[in-house]
Amino acid sequence: MTATTNNAVPMLEIRNIKQDYHVSQGLFKPEKVVHAVKGVSFKLDAGKTLAIVGESGCGKSTLARILTFIDEPTAGELLIEGKTVDTRPGHLTAEMRRKVQIVFQNPYGSLNPRQKIGDVLGEPLAINTKMSAAERRERATDMLVKVGLGPEHYNRYPHMFSGGQRQRIAIARALMLNPKLLVLDEPVSALDLSVQAQVLNLLADLQEEFGLTYVFISHDLSVVKYIADEVMVMYYGEAVEYGSREEVFADPKHEYTRTLFAATPRADVESIRARLARKQAVA
Amino acid sequence: MALLEIENLTVQFETASGWFKAVDGVSLSVDEREVLAIVGESGSGKSVSMLAVMGLLPWTAKITADKMLFQGRDIRALSDGERRKLIGKDMAMIFQEPIASLNPCFTVGFQIEEVLRIHMGMGKRERRARAIELFTQVGLPNPAERLNHFPHQMSGGQCQRVMIAIAIACNPKLLIADEPTTALDVTIQKQILDLLMSLQAEHGMGLIMITHDMGVVAETADRVIVQYKGRKMEEADVLSLFEAPKNAYTRALLSALPENATGDRLSTVSDFMTADELAGGAR
Repeated sequence: MTATTNNAVPMLEIRNIKQDYHVSQGLFKPEKVVHAVKGVSFKLDAGKTLAIVGESGCGKSTLARILTFIDEPTAGELLIEGKTVDTRPGHLTAEMRRKVQIVFQNPYGSLNPRQKIGDVLGEPLAINTKMSAAERRERATDMLVKVGLGPEHYNRYPHMFSGGQRQRIAIARALMLNPKLLVLDEPVSALDLSVQAQVLNLLADLQEEFGLTYVFISHDLSVVKYIADEVMVMYYGEAVEYGSREEVFADPKHEYTRTLFAATPRADVESIRARLARKQAVA
Repeated sequence: MALLEIENLTVQFETASGWFKAVDGVSLSVDEREVLAIVGESGSGKSVSMLAVMGLLPWTAKITADKMLFQGRDIRALSDGERRKLIGKDMAMIFQEPIASLNPCFTVGFQIEEVLRIHMGMGKRERRARAIELFTQVGLPNPAERLNHFPHQMSGGQCQRVMIAIAIACNPKLLIADEPTTALDVTIQKQILDLLMSLQAEHGMGLIMITHDMGVVAETADRVIVQYKGRKMEEADVLSLFEAPKNAYTRALLSALPENATGDRLSTVSDFMTADELAGGAR
């Protein structure tokens, strides 16, 4: 199931990661165990993009939380640059935390409405570095320019921005500590089509500039086909398909992947013609 | 005679900085057995114009139009009582968030029977039988048992099926679907779109599909209206729209689709429209 035959140490490797949740069923009933992620493994080289696809409830966001050390997995190993990460609470080094950052789906919910943009971007530096306020300000202003905003946005509040601009801010915040790995949890799902294109372009530029490795979580196959190097399809907590983009899209092996492809609306002229012809035939 | 005929519809809201035109001079018509898609990004006024037709806008909105006819009757001249008889019976609407648009305090059976009681004046037994028939029609498993369920006990796709069942309960002449599949997974989206299309063909309804997804347009529409900032940019039948879009904004939307990407970058709206055109539309 390995997609890469590279001998270099992969940026990120996970081995047989499992996550169980215990759900209370009521006072006198036994707890129910939900297996959200059932033993997922993959390797990802530096500078590449892995897309994780699946429907709601398939465990893709749970996996994102494990990769960013928000949750501790029930079982399995997580290696970053070949070193096993101790994910137990309190054992995680600050350096590890700096290496991995996350961008969430909803840019309206992931920014504090009472925090100015400058403070949003300066906070990771204030916590993790010994930079002076002036230095932090300079770094934050530079980053705003890099993500396509301007220095004049430094003193504004999140409500003064559109959805696409907020997602740029969320990306800027994630990049403040020069991470190596960025986990993007549905970063463009809440955005309009034209804004989505801008943000995807921005992500491609940033990946090139900083040599970032992306784990891109999405349910939109057309976006995945555009951005990914490798694709993993998840279904009920299992990785049912894993391979390079070309392999997966040209020759899907699992039944579910084929269902997913068949369900994706096609916006090309040929399929519209075929549909109209079918409609004519019925009428 | 067209089923719904609107000419020069303008909807304005009062804001701190004067009147804001959410819809600016939009004309459209839908015939029986026709699927019209209104496509646009957020803020293009696509939902607001349909809410104006349904009479669901707050009283603070200023609605003006040269013509607003449903089956040749002027919708604006209707008294509140007459309007209530029309809405939900001959003209029905499905909303974007299925779980939020059902009342959480009542069973779905109660909510569908309420429509049948008020509009069709059916007796208790008859209502129950018809409700089961409708649930079967929209493909809900165990329809008789489902009637006693509350919205929170069902998934998003099932709630959307209930919404559709309620909307088609009185065999409406016109069905307005406002982003009916946006909140759903692709596989569920496919099922819901197939269901809507088969119901539309079966009952010979006029269907207005409001969406921002070009894929959904390609899979459903006969005719398409593209809106931007409250203005109609282009109107064409679906094939010519995708084959040879005339308007710059339509071309921009189509090329922003990741599957139409040429080379490394996605084109964005600003590649196609000048700053003046971008700022244009409604003021």
